[in-house]
Amino acid sequence: MSAMKETLVNPIFRNNPIALQILGICSALAVTTSMQVTVVMCIALTLVTAFSNFFISLIRNFIPSSIRIIVQMIIIASLVIVVDQVLKAYAYGISKQLSVFVGLIITNCIVMGRAEAYAMKNPPLPSFVDGVGNGLGYSVVLLAVAFFRELLGAGKLFGYEILPVVTEGGFYNPNGLMLLAPSAFFLIGLFIWALRSWDKSQVEEPDFKIANHVNVEEAAS
Amino acid sequence: MSSNKDSIKKTLIVALSLCIVCSVVVSTAAVLLKPAQEINKTLDRKRNILAAAGMLEEGVSVEEQFEKVETRIVDLRSGKFTDEVDPERYDQRKASKDPARSTKLSVEQDLAKIKRRADLAEVYLVQNDQGGLDKLILPVHGYGLWSTLYGFLALESDLNTVAGLGFAEHGETPGLGGEVDNPSWKAKWPGKKVYREGDVEIGLIKGTVDPSSPKASWQVDGLSGATLTSKGVSNLVQYWLGKEGFQPFIENLKSGEA
Repeated sequence: MSAMKETLVNPIFRNNPIALQILGICSALAVTTSMQVTVVMCIALTLVTAFSNFFISLIRNFIPSSIRIIVQMIIIASLVIVVDQVLKAYAYGISKQLSVFVGLIITNCIVMGRAEAYAMKNPPLPSFVDGVGNGLGYSVVLLAVAFFRELLGAGKLFGYEILPVVTEGGFYNPNGLMLLAPSAFFLIGLFIWALRSWDKSQVEEPDFKIANHVNVEEAAS
Repeated sequence: MSSNKDSIKKTLIVALSLCIVCSVVVSTAAVLLKPAQEINKTLDRKRNILAAAGMLEEGVSVEEQFEKVETRIVDLRSGKFTDEVDPERYDQRKASKDPARSTKLSVEQDLAKIKRRADLAEVYLVQNDQGGLDKLILPVHGYGLWSTLYGFLALESDLNTVAGLGFAEHGETPGLGGEVDNPSWKAKWPGKKVYREGDVEIGLIKGTVDPSSPKASWQVDGLSGATLTSKGVSNLVQYWLGKEGFQPFIENLKSGEA
């Protein structure tokens, strides 16, 4: 059972899909301008990752290796369409704000990555838990990013005013950059920095080392 | 096992059965959830109509607020009201694709790049307390940069002053063309004039409107970084308020002949 717990908790900080594997960045930039939308996106992605892992693992022994990626895509795509339809029926406003990004969960690297790396080799239940864990890892980063973007960019959280903005008679001058995509890069960068200062094992070996300067005689010899 | 599951026959069987299972799941979800989605769509449409006219109040049910609004059908060829179809059932978007119920537009006519225009169009009349016309709300659509923008344009009772513009559906770039949804940009529309000596004059300009210019009351700021979307919005507003759009109807309504 402790192995199961590891699978669930590890992707949240120790092996975070966004911060360590650098997967799923695109939607992390796109949907994090407001908390409400982000929460729905996180729930949608967690569900899709968990269930796609579950179903793929269930039929992993029957999937011919020549078409395995296509099979994974079909399962993921079907789940995403179902999620999209449910959102349209029960959360219309939010589904309109998320617009194409729900559909783009299909191309989210985390879903495919977990299916290929974990679900193809492990039994259904651990795969499901692994999907939930990675969904939560994604959610932690997205929620952190959205928290700062909405707070600093619009002075709000979940649409409620926290810092009254100047244009409405308050004191806070919102930072427009926070509402644009680049700010998410900065925030994710800072998040990765914080995470790696806490867990040194995530720091990668540099690919290249800069050699010391040498003088002409040394170089010639 | 591993060599067996890679055979052509196995591959085909797996692919086929997976496709069947997935398509059944997807279509079941789509069919079962359709009614709930339709209700949301109608509600959303009504909300957008009210929002475009600046009449949407928070906390009051949309259905209740919409009671003040009367939906009528206008024949765009004659510019008069018609009872040919039931406004509840009429789908203008579908009709504009049907050759029997729409008119093909020539390149010169087709300012909004919509190719075909439905012959009948919905309009929404808002009554004031005395029973007279308070606002007229017209559905408009046209091509921007990536997508067709669908929206509503509301006119004040003089039928020459904009009461508001709002887009219900579009696929323009978020942050650039998508700024057509920005409340502070939409706030620039109310109070603008439409016609000058019988011609449509209203339009978007590049940059900010100079308030001292004689044309300022017909001009609206363009969206920065979204030249083509701004052009599209300008064109679609000019088209729908023009001779191929609602102008004949508006003139009839003014003279009381609609």
